[in-house]
Amino acid sequence: MHRTPAPLHPCKLALADGTVVSGTAIGARGEAGGELCFNTSMTGYQEIMTDPSYHGQIMMMTYPHIGNYGAMDIDTEAARPMVAGLVVRSFTFRYSNQMADESFESFMERHKLVGISGIDTRRLVRHIRMKGVMNAVVSSVDLDDESLIEKARSWPSMDGLELASKVTVAEPYDYCTGDGARIAVYDFGCKLNILRSFRERGCAVRIFPGHTALTDVLAWNPDGLFFSNGPGDPRAMPEAIAMAREAMGRGLPIFGICLGHQLMALAQGFDVYKMFVGHRGANQPVKNLVTGHVEVTTQNHGFAVDPASVEAAQAEVTHLNLNDQTVEGLRFKTFAGMSVQYHPEASPGPHDSRYLFDQFLRLIAENDGVAVREVVEVAR
Amino acid sequence: MPKRTDIHKILLIGSGPIIIGQACEFDYSGTQACRSLRAEGYEVVLVNSNPATIMTDPMTADKVYLQELTPASIKQIVEKERPDAVLPTMGGQTGLNIADQLHQQGYWEEQGIAVIGVDIEAIHITEDRQLFRDLMERIGVDQARSRVAKSLLEAKEVTQELGGLPVVIRPSFTMGGAGGGIVWSHEEFDRKITRGLEISPVHEVLIEESVFGWKEFELELLRDSNDNVIIICSIENLDPMGVHTGDSVTVAPAQTLTDKQYQHMRDTAIKMMRSIGTFAGGCNVQFGVNPADGRMIAIEINPRVSRSSALASKATGYPIAKVAARLAVGYTLDELPNDVTGTTSACFEPAIDYVVTKIPRWNFEKFEGVDEELTTQMKAVGEVMAIGRTFPESLQKAWQSLEIGYAGLGADREDADRFEVRDRLKKPYWDRTLQIRNALKLGASVEEVYDVTKVDPWFLYQIHDIVKLEEKIRNHRLADLDAAFLFHVKQYGFSDVQIAFLVQDDVTEDEVRAHRKKLGLKPAFQLVDTCAGEFPAQTPYYYSAYETANESDVSDRKKIIILGSGPNRIGQGIEFDYSCVHGVQATKDMGFEAIMINCNPETVSTDFDVADKLYFEPVFWERVLDIIEHEKPEGIIVQLGGQTALKLAQRLVDNDVHIFGTPFEMMDLAEDRGKFSNILKELEIPFPPYGMAHNPYDAVNVAERIGYPILVRPNYVLGGQGMRIAINKEEVEMYVTNILKLMPGNNILLDLFLEDSIEIDCDAVRDGDEVWISGIMQHIEPAGVHSGDSTAVLPPYSLSDTVITTIRRYVTEIANRLEVIGLINVQLVVKDEIVYVIEANPRASRTVPFVAKATGIPVARIATQVMLGEKLATFRARGDLDSTLVGYAIKEPVFSWDKFPEVPKELGPEMRSTGEAIAFVETLTDEHFRRPYEMRNLYLSR
Repeated sequence: MHRTPAPLHPCKLALADGTVVSGTAIGARGEAGGELCFNTSMTGYQEIMTDPSYHGQIMMMTYPHIGNYGAMDIDTEAARPMVAGLVVRSFTFRYSNQMADESFESFMERHKLVGISGIDTRRLVRHIRMKGVMNAVVSSVDLDDESLIEKARSWPSMDGLELASKVTVAEPYDYCTGDGARIAVYDFGCKLNILRSFRERGCAVRIFPGHTALTDVLAWNPDGLFFSNGPGDPRAMPEAIAMAREAMGRGLPIFGICLGHQLMALAQGFDVYKMFVGHRGANQPVKNLVTGHVEVTTQNHGFAVDPASVEAAQAEVTHLNLNDQTVEGLRFKTFAGMSVQYHPEASPGPHDSRYLFDQFLRLIAENDGVAVREVVEVAR
Repeated sequence: MPKRTDIHKILLIGSGPIIIGQACEFDYSGTQACRSLRAEGYEVVLVNSNPATIMTDPMTADKVYLQELTPASIKQIVEKERPDAVLPTMGGQTGLNIADQLHQQGYWEEQGIAVIGVDIEAIHITEDRQLFRDLMERIGVDQARSRVAKSLLEAKEVTQELGGLPVVIRPSFTMGGAGGGIVWSHEEFDRKITRGLEISPVHEVLIEESVFGWKEFELELLRDSNDNVIIICSIENLDPMGVHTGDSVTVAPAQTLTDKQYQHMRDTAIKMMRSIGTFAGGCNVQFGVNPADGRMIAIEINPRVSRSSALASKATGYPIAKVAARLAVGYTLDELPNDVTGTTSACFEPAIDYVVTKIPRWNFEKFEGVDEELTTQMKAVGEVMAIGRTFPESLQKAWQSLEIGYAGLGADREDADRFEVRDRLKKPYWDRTLQIRNALKLGASVEEVYDVTKVDPWFLYQIHDIVKLEEKIRNHRLADLDAAFLFHVKQYGFSDVQIAFLVQDDVTEDEVRAHRKKLGLKPAFQLVDTCAGEFPAQTPYYYSAYETANESDVSDRKKIIILGSGPNRIGQGIEFDYSCVHGVQATKDMGFEAIMINCNPETVSTDFDVADKLYFEPVFWERVLDIIEHEKPEGIIVQLGGQTALKLAQRLVDNDVHIFGTPFEMMDLAEDRGKFSNILKELEIPFPPYGMAHNPYDAVNVAERIGYPILVRPNYVLGGQGMRIAINKEEVEMYVTNILKLMPGNNILLDLFLEDSIEIDCDAVRDGDEVWISGIMQHIEPAGVHSGDSTAVLPPYSLSDTVITTIRRYVTEIANRLEVIGLINVQLVVKDEIVYVIEANPRASRTVPFVAKATGIPVARIATQVMLGEKLATFRARGDLDSTLVGYAIKEPVFSWDKFPEVPKELGPEMRSTGEAIAFVETLTDEHFRRPYEMRNLYLSR
């Protein structure tokens, strides 16, 4: 709390379209590239930085003061930061919160996360809003504009990029054991708060790497399958899609969030497209078409399911974004499945949608679990 | 669910006269509600006794009853109008209380009138401490430990049970926290408890464990009939618990909560709102957080729009009252659009990418012997809000907005000494942020300041950053400030005045400005868009910041800037905002683009859909000139915004900016007592003998020459600040010394005081060809009571025709001589049938809205059109100048004495009333006339 800030170190942010802005370096010194996107949450910067869905992206926070309450263990969504870099208007070096373990700057340094402060973020947000998301490079080691622009341009596009394999676990492990439903989690970059949400409900949760063969997962005798959130373009994940399609025929309830939701849609033959800007924030209004209630939700996605491609016989749209009418949730008709584009586990963000976890557990309870296990026996 | 079709006519109850704790924020909310309900096709019947409001304008509601707010008067209106529903949540606690009283009588039910926007049964829960406590316990919401006491003895027992002093006391059912406070010592215990028991209508006091020094937060919520709830804004009080939120410096959004803490607060607020009935509308919830362990407790819940929701509306751009009114008639949030973006849903939670700081404004100097310590009972009379991209920028802009002579957070004058700073910091006073800056500047550590003030270190660090930057500026000469460094300095909100003071060489504000512009540095205007730039927005609502991209495109229309009146204060309140709003409308009617500059979040003028363009900015020279240079308007209207706007006139003229209406030299002439008296002499108009002095010695000489009693006052003030009547030379000496202590260098005016004379207020409009007298008001109290504190009657009730003719003639001659274009107000006294002129103000006066409401003539609007070239003959020909008044209209001053129990209740030449009511009477036998008439000398003082 009493740390004197390091002397200001120059830093630059270059966008693929040739825009270059200067600021001061925060966190680790170095360089990072990725898709520059923005998040409008006013709290929860640490959760956002550690959300695996943001893997490889440079995150620009629209709220100007970032770092106010430091960093703390309970605010982490993965073992390490997942974003490639951080862009802020006015970084807070001296934080204040009783619960904090360290300053956010020291957290960034410890995790070798680079960032830049002193940037007119609003101007860049409007720039992206009009021109669409684009790649960028943030650097405190190379301050040559031309060189940085070139690096930003040659950075691989997120379009068609498979990233889940970079953030999934290496080996299966038990997150928690419980007397409740057995949930097998396909980890494409799962946020910890999803796992905490299952644990709070007494579930037994085992995490499987995203590439695990379905049979190996079923061998654990799960009561339900969960397809996690994660980074990248779902269309670049044919194996996962095939796995999902196969899983849908096993009579096992399935729940998907974000990337998991997109994979389930693709497995049903629906289309997914890359959005112009994407939704990233904690204030997105979603209407539950079944109950008529509106939830304020946390969102983080740059791809979405094309509503025109949703076959009425296979699925119904259960949730809609009130701002732009994009698809936010599906209920599947050919099997016991549900999926949402947004993040009911919140963290950061409002808790309005936590009921979805209960809904999934009800789906499991209503399902005849015995039949599933017989199928597994046969497969063996 | 679409809007209700079973109701057609809605009765809206206003909040009545402005008092401390319930001010013009309810004009803002009531006006928004009326407008949106009418837009939905409902017939709106409005009742409010406050004439100085936009909501009571004929254009706001279908039917306006300017009538006192009592259950009996409401019944009268109901019987006549037969509304289908009543909306009581827009009129503060007054509106709610009346609706509740009638509910208790079973009146609404019996009349078949639906109470909308609130669950009337729930009001008791929120106002009755014990019921609230029980409910919170039931739903599992943590709160401060407390118990109600009904006697002094019981109070002592409860205190012991809570672990002793300090404790907080809160009398039940009082407004603005009246009678509440912290009890620190046994000496004050008996007195404070007894007073609390007395002031509470049910004679009970809640005694609570002290959470003094805890962090304080507020959330603003909206709920619809489908039980969707959204949070519009979070607000963090810089002043920790112990200072009423209305007296606290507050910041939006919350700065020091983690997401988990914030979501816990959000969940709890929603749970609390759902627990107090099933109403659709707005709600405010307050929380305390223990900085030591993060324990969060609920403080209170208000099931209505409030001062904080006005602030939240202006802070986020989300029109809370407008949406709340629509929710009350059955709409659900998902059916309504976000008016700011025009394309997205109203059912969302605004994300902001800037920082908003509110600082209250107090008028302690008006109340001799007042206890200036800030407590749980509100004492502020107004507030300013400032928007900046960062907290330092918004804090400095807020100080620039206050209009108390500061050009930012200090750094514009010699610093206070260490002992004074130490003394001021010990307790919460009005200038706390400044004293924090002073302490840090003197070398105190953030930890030391925290120990004393309990202000969260995050704010202290930020202020410390300002101080450190200040020190850096001190090392430079103006010419050495390069573009990068100066830009950085400006991003911290430093004004050119502060920079001029800080740099090593002796330079002026203008020289700093010139240097800055030479470096190409000017503010970029940013849009308030509710969504942090995520979507394009349509509303023309801007603030300035030192950033790299300007968002305020300048149109090719001819434009006019109307300067607002800044924070409310005694002597310059809502009346001036009323005139500004009319000025804006008249400007639009005349085909110009109307641009508003103001910094008062409680007002109608700062609603984004009033002017064509709104700059939510300090009415502070540098900021105003920046906007003028950006917009290049045809000219400025300064007549409507009180002294705030007028004060800038000289500099506007110096900078070749056109002022509409009365020429500046003439306005200045009217302010200069000597020159003005020469004019009166020239016009052969009598005036009381007067003199001027610069020091006590001269003043006594002047007084001895003129005679006694003599009126002593400083020049250039509004609301009679510092004005006294002296009866001998010792008093003259004392008063003058006091004035010069408060306002060094000021001129002192001394006028012979005409005892037992009648005071007259006269408003008029001149168009260059003729003068139209819009109203002559005769005061009931004798001269010597400030006109703002007097009961005024329109038309005069006891003046001879000769006197009235003389008044009209004098006012006409003065207006002609001063070449007034627009408004003028003249104050006169009549003694022994002789009419004397006291002063003339060629600008909108406090009485403009009263005259407008009394006569049914939109005076301010007509005057503005006249300023812009329209002729009175045009209005006359249309019958627009014909009064509809039958009988008499009486302006009744309203005071907030209960907030200052230590101040003796007396009336004198210094204005102390906070608001006013209007009453229409047919004859002078009416109570509204008789009562003040019989008591007219009762509280007279000097």
